[in-house]
Amino acid sequence: MIALLLRDLKLAFRAGGGFGLGLAFFLIVTVMVPFSVGPQSELLSRIAPGVLWLGALLACLLSLDRLLALDWEDGSLDLLATAPLPLESTVTIKALAHWITTGLPLVLAAPVLGVLLNLPVLGFQWLVVSLLLGTPALSVIGTFGAALTVGLKRGGLLMSLLVMPLYVPTLIFGSEVARRGAEGMAVQTPLLLLAGISAASIALLPFASAAVLRVNLR
Amino acid sequence: MSIWEYANPKKFLATSEKVMPALWISSAVLITVGLVWGFFFTPDDYRQGSTVKIIFLHVPSALMAINAWFMMLVASLVWVIRRHHVSALAARAAAPVGVIMTVIALITGAIWGQPMWGTWWAWDPRLTSFLVLFLFYLGYIALWEAIDNPDTAADLTSILCLVGSVFAVLSRYAVNFWNQGLHQGASLSLDEKENVHDAFSSPLYVCMAGFVLLFLALVLYRTGTEIRARRIKALMARERLEA
Repeated sequence: MIALLLRDLKLAFRAGGGFGLGLAFFLIVTVMVPFSVGPQSELLSRIAPGVLWLGALLACLLSLDRLLALDWEDGSLDLLATAPLPLESTVTIKALAHWITTGLPLVLAAPVLGVLLNLPVLGFQWLVVSLLLGTPALSVIGTFGAALTVGLKRGGLLMSLLVMPLYVPTLIFGSEVARRGAEGMAVQTPLLLLAGISAASIALLPFASAAVLRVNLR
Repeated sequence: MSIWEYANPKKFLATSEKVMPALWISSAVLITVGLVWGFFFTPDDYRQGSTVKIIFLHVPSALMAINAWFMMLVASLVWVIRRHHVSALAARAAAPVGVIMTVIALITGAIWGQPMWGTWWAWDPRLTSFLVLFLFYLGYIALWEAIDNPDTAADLTSILCLVGSVFAVLSRYAVNFWNQGLHQGASLSLDEKENVHDAFSSPLYVCMAGFVLLFLALVLYRTGTEIRARRIKALMARERLEA
């Protein structure tokens, strides 16, 4: 399992692996927001938690098609499926690798981008906490979407259509935590619900992803 | 005699052809009676005037939008567990009907909301969760269309339906948490005091029964079409093989 994780991480970090693309996309989206809504700082600080959450979500979504597609193309997915490691573990590791290469950098970059959007001081810690709790769910749900569309030639758009509705609860609770944090309100309820969604997705969705992958590898 | 007999496409087609005329006629009669009764023979609401009568389209279509997804969920489960092709095809056939019902509910809701709430659209929990349901339908249909191999498509879409159902329910409660609503609560539950008045509820029940039968007829009809399309494909493949 650790060997697989290290392999995926290595592939992602090396040239052509696409590491950093998600991060750059996150940066670009955040920079574009003031251009579209105007530079007033009160407005920006009000929408900052939501915009940062949406940017992180889109960056996650964009990096999903590399998650399984490359392994599918060169056949290593077939090898992984016949390996002694259960496919459920394989997809969990894949999701973990995706989180380390995409989700974690987003969490770390979010406070910096928060400065750009004039995020209130109170909001920084809750933004980081909510992203830290929410992005694993995004990775695991995204792995399910990637597994669904891995057999398709141009599955990228379809995958967005499939994954976006599944992201709705995570986005709602995640940005609610960030928003309430920024406004200095109590965050416990949405925080617990967000953690619940993450925990349940991590526990259950790999089974669905593996089942879907088995169908696609048939 | 068990329900699994209808997993045989031939038996399914024979029986559905027998019941379909009855379904079409009774649904047409019920919907006509319900709508005419509702539109012309119910009093105007003292606050809403005659706009209240859009309820006779809005509530039945919303009911079927949710129940169509529920039917797809059951059919998907049957496919996953017992692998009856008719069941997978029925799930496929129900999706476009469900999406149309969702659209009707959203549009009639907007037309109703404009004079009553002063807005076509509000990010109210019920409205939002219907929009999310609409997105789920779109994804489900798109996945069916995208995959060539029918068995693979049936497997993937049924798992998507199962996972999607969980997330659809989650979204329903998440949006409740996220925003307070304009929409009223349940209009027809048994234990509530705020139900609609009897003058409206009787034609409403007639309309709802009509929509249920209409949905059944449409799904049976579309399932039959899918089965025949599948047969034609098989025949053509055989012909190519022999030629």
